Amino acid sequence: MEAAEEIQEIEVEKRGRSTSELVAAVEALIYVSDEPLTARLLADVLDENKESIEAAIETLKQEYEARESGLQIREIAGGWQIATRTELHEDVRKFLKTRPSAKLSLASLETLAVIAYKQPVTVPEILEIRGVQSASAIKTLLDKRLIVAKGRKETVGRPMQYGTSKEFLIQFGLKDLSELPSIEDFEDLAG
Amino acid sequence: METQPDQFNFDFYRETAEIVAESRDELKVKLGDFAGPLDLLLFLIRQEQANIFDIPIARITNEYLRYIRLMKTLDIAVAADFLVMAATLIEVKSKMLLPRDPLADDGEETEDPRQELVDRLLEYEKYKAASQMLYERTTVEQAIFARGKIESDDANEEIDATLFDLLTVFQKTLARHKDEIRMEIHREEISLAEMIRNLKKRLNDQVELILSSFFEEMHSKRELVTAFIAVLEIVRTESVRLLQKATFGEIVLKKV
Repeated sequence: MEAAEEIQEIEVEKRGRSTSELVAAVEALIYVSDEPLTARLLADVLDENKESIEAAIETLKQEYEARESGLQIREIAGGWQIATRTELHEDVRKFLKTRPSAKLSLASLETLAVIAYKQPVTVPEILEIRGVQSASAIKTLLDKRLIVAKGRKETVGRPMQYGTSKEFLIQFGLKDLSELPSIEDFEDLAG
Repeated sequence: METQPDQFNFDFYRETAEIVAESRDELKVKLGDFAGPLDLLLFLIRQEQANIFDIPIARITNEYLRYIRLMKTLDIAVAADFLVMAATLIEVKSKMLLPRDPLADDGEETEDPRQELVDRLLEYEKYKAASQMLYERTTVEQAIFARGKIESDDANEEIDATLFDLLTVFQKTLARHKDEIRMEIHREEISLAEMIRNLKKRLNDQVELILSSFFEEMHSKRELVTAFIAVLEIVRTESVRLLQKATFGEIVLKKV
């Protein structure tokens, strides 16, 4: 959000843009932003209405797809991002000399699932569902900034409540929390 | 980054409970394979190919206790949770053995003692499935790369320093270096053990030692302190006495 304010400080000359010019401008801004860029912020900076911004993003998406680009325009954590295509991960990794980062433990993943679906949720509530202490898993998730403290619950002992972070949406490729499948959908899978 | 080994390198496909089923070599069972008592219980129910709504409680309880006994290196907090479940199972098992109250039936069906456990298992199973979904998502997500941050002052705070900042840091480093050198000189000085050894040798040779002349031999304040402690120490531990023949006179160190 700090970056957003800075972008706004730069005077964008107000002028009538053609559709293709707007598409180009949207592409440029998404490219330079290091965080997913919201349509609203794009609209503010480019001084356009949200509808034309959304139309421009859609055009951009189709252009990338049509020419089978190595990049994709994707919606994530409430914003838009330019990223490489999944299929190219081997080449990209070879170049970056990276490996998939350390995976979360079974305990951490379970704890994260409970927090994602039950947020804001307290430690005793997590214990009730998982049937096991989750302290070290919670610490890991906090360290990895996948969850954040969401204030205290007004009940006996005022326990801390936890919820998922924006980082969680980014790392799990979610537009927003509503994109998570409903917890009841897992009933059929289970068993 | 992380310190806890159990938080590392978990692979959903390789390290689920199934792998334990493959190697039913009992001694290989580790806690790490189960995320908790409910997870273990689910695994056992599946292994027995039992219906979750009709758990053969006696058999499952026995299996559960057997696994618990095999988990020797349990984290104490986690072990407690596993034991709570063991107690719950035994409680349910004993309730099942009790004959039904013949007076209480007819109108309402008496609740199955296993019901609460089944509810918990079903609830837990949903979140277990959800965690698998999260695992799959993050695996896909790790194959996608966004552009890295642009190297600007904003993104790279370390560079945001003036020449004077650098000079200050450099001076601090120099000062710290000086301290280190001074300490090295100290270390070359005589240790307390050596001082005691010297003092003993001197007393052996000459029986009596005038304390003030002994102290004057010292080169630094530090050595002097060491010498003083050595004197106190030797008086305490050896058959040596401190004598003062006249008031304000010389103090003499003498072997008894």
